Amino acid sequence: MLPYTPRRGTKKIGPNMAALFKARKVCSALGIAVGCATRSLTQLAALPELHQMLRQTCRDYADKELAPIAGQLDKTHTFPAKQIRELGAMGVMAVEVPESLGGAGMDYLAYSLAVEELSRGCASTGVIVSVNNSLYLGPVLKFGTDEQKKQWITPFTTGERVGCFALSEPGNGSDAGAASTMARQEGDCWVLNGTKAWITNSYDASAAVVLATTDKTLKHKGISAFLLPMPHPGLSLGKREDKLGIRASSTANLILDDCRIPHGNLLGQCGMGFKIAMQTLDSGRIGIASQALGIAQASLDCAADYAHKRSAFGAPIAKMQAIQEAAMAKLSASEAATFVSHQAIQVLGGMGYVTDMPAERHYRDARITEIYEGTSEIQRLVIANQVLKEYQ
Amino acid sequence: MTARVLVGVKRVIDYAVKIRVKPDNTGVVTDGVKHSMNPFCEIAVEEAVRLKEKKLVQEVVAVSCGPQQVQETIRTALAMGADRGIHVEVSGKDYDSLGPLQVSKILAALAKKEEASLIILGKQAIDDDCNQTGQMTAALLDWPQGTFASELVIEGDKVKVVREIDGGLETIKLNMPVVVTADLRLNTPRYATLPNIMKAKKKKIANMKPGDLGVDMTSRVEVLRVDEPPQRQAGVKVESVEDLVSKLKEAGRI
Repeated sequence: MLPYTPRRGTKKIGPNMAALFKARKVCSALGIAVGCATRSLTQLAALPELHQMLRQTCRDYADKELAPIAGQLDKTHTFPAKQIRELGAMGVMAVEVPESLGGAGMDYLAYSLAVEELSRGCASTGVIVSVNNSLYLGPVLKFGTDEQKKQWITPFTTGERVGCFALSEPGNGSDAGAASTMARQEGDCWVLNGTKAWITNSYDASAAVVLATTDKTLKHKGISAFLLPMPHPGLSLGKREDKLGIRASSTANLILDDCRIPHGNLLGQCGMGFKIAMQTLDSGRIGIASQALGIAQASLDCAADYAHKRSAFGAPIAKMQAIQEAAMAKLSASEAATFVSHQAIQVLGGMGYVTDMPAERHYRDARITEIYEGTSEIQRLVIANQVLKEYQ
Repeated sequence: MTARVLVGVKRVIDYAVKIRVKPDNTGVVTDGVKHSMNPFCEIAVEEAVRLKEKKLVQEVVAVSCGPQQVQETIRTALAMGADRGIHVEVSGKDYDSLGPLQVSKILAALAKKEEASLIILGKQAIDDDCNQTGQMTAALLDWPQGTFASELVIEGDKVKVVREIDGGLETIKLNMPVVVTADLRLNTPRYATLPNIMKAKKKKIANMKPGDLGVDMTSRVEVLRVDEPPQRQAGVKVESVEDLVSKLKEAGRI
């Protein structure tokens, strides 16, 4: 069940604890040795000065430039073009790209910190930054030729242009080894056919890394990666998905209909596509973990701030005993609703996140049941009183 | 081209922090509290860096006085584009009693040592709100001063400064070398870029003590007590204009 833990006498997490918490999360999100993995967490909590300055800069930017507009961006589903250009100028759109190609030339810890701090201000901006860095620039940097890097990386470091990553399809998401999008050779071109789904940045991107099957008989070893300029003849975009969250980033299908690209647009070798995709996602994970951390931190900040200000029964709610057992029926039913609708979205995957299916509405609707007609905390209070009465 | 600009940067409690007075009323709580560069000093650094980008000055030197932690503030200035830093070590009791008089003596000595022809400072610090350091520095050096600058233009060996004054805007022309203090509308400071943050790491920060510059750190000011401002009293609602007038008369306001 939902792990509701009461906050007795809520204490604001001190700076050292917060740093340790974050360090631990980053560590487990990386899942691999962080160069200094043998050191203790306390040492990791003290970031190198360079990274501290970077974090502070990104935090200042998020506080001053992102947080104030995040609500509006969400409401209007607006791509934050100005902010992305500013972040590009700061080097944040290409953190791990070498300076020679126009990037900031920093490491994955710097990238993780940047995404975390920016996501705290605006989660949509965080995902736009993350996708450009990890999912688009990442594979080109790792697998591109020098010529490809110049053409497909440098213009995408400034924030003027962003890229996207096209792996998922309507028929396969987690099962990435079954790409039904096909690529065949015709003269000096590759011809792409198929549909890609759930592509973040689709409506705002100027290029995509597209995974397509070049040899069906080889199964996942027959998938290859391609560089696709956007817009391009033979490429059209599906409708913009109306999402529950991260609404300032665009998500849509990429529809490829005899889409012709030059032979030199193959990324890496033929058949390397699956490996490229997996490696890309492995490092992209850090970006999303950092984004999640940033969102969590923002929620925590919001709740803590609110708890201190909101008075109920003459005292800030932060000071109250939160758990006393209360109306069990309402309590367990409302929590069940949230839990089940939460799981329902998980079951539907991407479809659970868009307004075409009612799952996202159930999730949003369920949430209020824990709040109105007596908050869950009040229910617990009532239950506790009942229990105590029975013992008198 | 002007050779060198000296920019003073002060490490202060961050503007967003809720200030708390120490229980013994000797000062405010600074332990564990977020500090950052004084916002007007940021504007000063930004102006100096812009002058360098326009190739009107050759070198921007960022200076700060205080304990070890002020090095972070100097690094921020370097990340914004200053070329090198000078950390004048002041700690303990000297730091507690550090004020505009000592700082301006230090800046004057450094200006002579570094052969600077332009000093840009923030108009005031947001912790003590003194608004004295720029003026004192100019007086000690016998240099002209352009304070509360909302515009700064170098014209040959002269500096045109537009000053924000009570009556509006005043434009003056000063012969270099000059001291200028930055006001809010002078510019909007940049965010440090990641490459510049990296480069800042390699830039040099020189260390020295006030004694090296022959500066006496004795303060002429003694802080007797620090108190919180009085709590804001609840207002009083009145029913009519007559009520309002009589209440104001009662309070001796009219």
